[in-house]
Amino acid sequence: MKARVHVMLKEGVLDPQGAAVKYALSALGFSGINNVRQGKVLELDLANGTTEAQIGEMCEKLLANMVIESYRIDLL
Amino acid sequence: MKAAVIQFPGSNCDRDMAVALEKSGADVQIVWHKELVLPKGVDLVAIPGGFSFGDYLRCGAIAANSPICRAVVDHANIGGYVLGVCNGFQVLTETGLLPGALLRNSGLKYICRTVGLKVETVNSAYTENYGAGAEIMVPIAHHDGSYFADDTTIARLIGDDRVAFTYIDNPNGSHSKIAGILSQNRRVLGMMPHPERAFEVAHGNTDGQRLFAGLMAQLSSA
Repeated sequence: MKARVHVMLKEGVLDPQGAAVKYALSALGFSGINNVRQGKVLELDLANGTTEAQIGEMCEKLLANMVIESYRIDLL
Repeated sequence: MKAAVIQFPGSNCDRDMAVALEKSGADVQIVWHKELVLPKGVDLVAIPGGFSFGDYLRCGAIAANSPICRAVVDHANIGGYVLGVCNGFQVLTETGLLPGALLRNSGLKYICRTVGLKVETVNSAYTENYGAGAEIMVPIAHHDGSYFADDTTIARLIGDDRVAFTYIDNPNGSHSKIAGILSQNRRVLGMMPHPERAFEVAHGNTDGQRLFAGLMAQLSSA
């Protein structure tokens, strides 16, 4: 089985990389860019039967820093 | 004083840290990250700067989960001293020994220059040799040094006098200009600036020396 984990900076945590991407898009002439937030995606290839709770534990122990980041798990 | 300097793949200030500690009079051992225990009788653990594990995933995240870091956390939990500089500070926040996190610099650029710091508290072995409110010059060299914590944590750090150093001219966008913080028992210090790089006359600046001298005074009498 596979799972995809999305890790994003929490709301309220300054994301200077997202801000730079927003600026670059505007500089290319794209209009209406209200905001950009940058995160990361991890694809996990897992033994069948791995539970979402176990993946959640992986996220909280390593994949995300819960001080600044939140995560979302998609089972594929 | 017996000191251990932890070495991860990608550490690059381990030798500078060892030299500063040795020249301050400490008996220093470099300890590889795969070790399970610290050398017997260690008073101080120093986690040096660098790019442990290539900064993969998040700065300090992989190092914080290495075997030796379990021993470092145990050492801190029984009242041992731990100094984390630069990547070492990032590792300490990732282990949970210090609150908060270090984010990408607000200007997105890697910054390598000597900056002014204000000593915010003299109530610690690390800072007692500086005058209260002293302004010192210490080099920084980091890409992810913008200190962040939620407002409650920041208020608690300030209220408990646990902010050790602040930047005079906040170069990386740190919350409340924070450059270094202490643990609740004031024995764990994490700081982004490099005191070991402002140690010898040949460095052009010896403002970092007093931090090590304070530690020596505290731990030699212990």
